[in-house]
Amino acid sequence: MTQVEFLNIVMPFKDKVFRLAKRLLVSTEEAEDATQEVLLKLWNNKRKMQEYKNIEAFSMTMTKNFCFDKLKSKQSQNLKIVHSNYEDGNTSLQKQVELNDSVDWVSKIIEELPDQQRMIIQLRDIEEYDFDEIAKMLNMNNTAVRVNLSRARKTIREKLTNTHNYGIK
Amino acid sequence: MVLNNIEKLLEKYENGETSIKEEQQLKHYFSQETVAPHLEMYKPMFTYFLGNKQEQFTKDIPLKTRRTFNYKWISVAAVAVLMLGFYFKDPIVASYDSYTYGTYNKPEDALNEVTKSLAMISSHFNKGTSTVNYLKEMDKGTATLSYLNEIENTTSIIFKN
Repeated sequence: MTQVEFLNIVMPFKDKVFRLAKRLLVSTEEAEDATQEVLLKLWNNKRKMQEYKNIEAFSMTMTKNFCFDKLKSKQSQNLKIVHSNYEDGNTSLQKQVELNDSVDWVSKIIEELPDQQRMIIQLRDIEEYDFDEIAKMLNMNNTAVRVNLSRARKTIREKLTNTHNYGIK
Repeated sequence: MVLNNIEKLLEKYENGETSIKEEQQLKHYFSQETVAPHLEMYKPMFTYFLGNKQEQFTKDIPLKTRRTFNYKWISVAAVAVLMLGFYFKDPIVASYDSYTYGTYNKPEDALNEVTKSLAMISSHFNKGTSTVNYLKEMDKGTATLSYLNEIENTTSIIFKN
C-alpha cells in the first residue's frame, strides 16, 4: 500500500478521530498527538488493514482505547491535562457574545458528562453514526448505547434549561 | 415546519429513538434565526453540534516509509562468499597433497623410518623422566617434619585437662 492509497482511506475520517480524541482529552494539542499516534499505528500495520472490515470503526475504537490509556497514565502520574485553547474574546456584539457563551456552555456541560456518555454524544450527535456502528466501536450493545445517549441528552437539556432560565449554573 | 412536529421529535430525541434523518431535521430547524421561545434552550445544543463538526485535524501526518530489509540479498551475498571461498581454497589443497604426504615404496624403508622416529621419541621421554627424580628430595623433607607430631601430643594433653 502506498502513501497515497493510505491517505485516501484515512482522510475521510481523520477529523472524526481528532474530534473524538478532543472530546475525551479536552486539550487540542493532546488530541492532535493522539490522532497522529493512531494514524501512525494504522500506517505501521497497513499490511493488516485489508483484513479489517470497517477501518473507520476500527480506528474509532483504537482512538477510544488510546485516549483512555492516555488518561489513565496521566492520572497515575497525578498530572492534569492542561489545555490552552482559549478563545480570544474580540467579539463586539452583545448578541454574538451571548450566543457564543451559551454554545460554550454546551461544551462545558458535555465535558462534565461521564466518559461513556460523552463519547456516545460525540459519535451520535456530532458525527452522526448509526447505533449499530457506535455499539461496535464502543463494544457495547445497542440498547445500552440508546440508554446512555438518552441520559446524556436529558442531562444536557436540563442543565441548559437551568442556565437559560436563571442565567446561572 | 410544524411546531408540533418538532416537539414530538424532541421528545423522541431525548429518549434516544430518533433516526439520523430526524436528527438532521432537528438540527436544521434549530439552525434557523428564530426559534419558538419555549424551545430556545435547545438552540445552543444543536448549534454546538453543527459547529463542532467543522473542527478539523490540521497537523500533518509524518508517514515514514520504513524500508523493509530484503532478506533475499543476504542469501545472495552468502552464496557469493562461499563461491569465492571454494575458488581460492582449491589449488592450495591440491599442492599440499602432492608435495608433503609422500609414501615409501619399500615396506622395509617404512619400518626403518618408523623405528627411528619411535626411538627418538622414547629417548626424549627418558630424558624428561630423569629430571623429575629430584622430587624424591621432597619426601626426605616431609620425613624430617614428622617431629611436629610431638607438638600435637602435647596439645592433646593440654586440652584433656
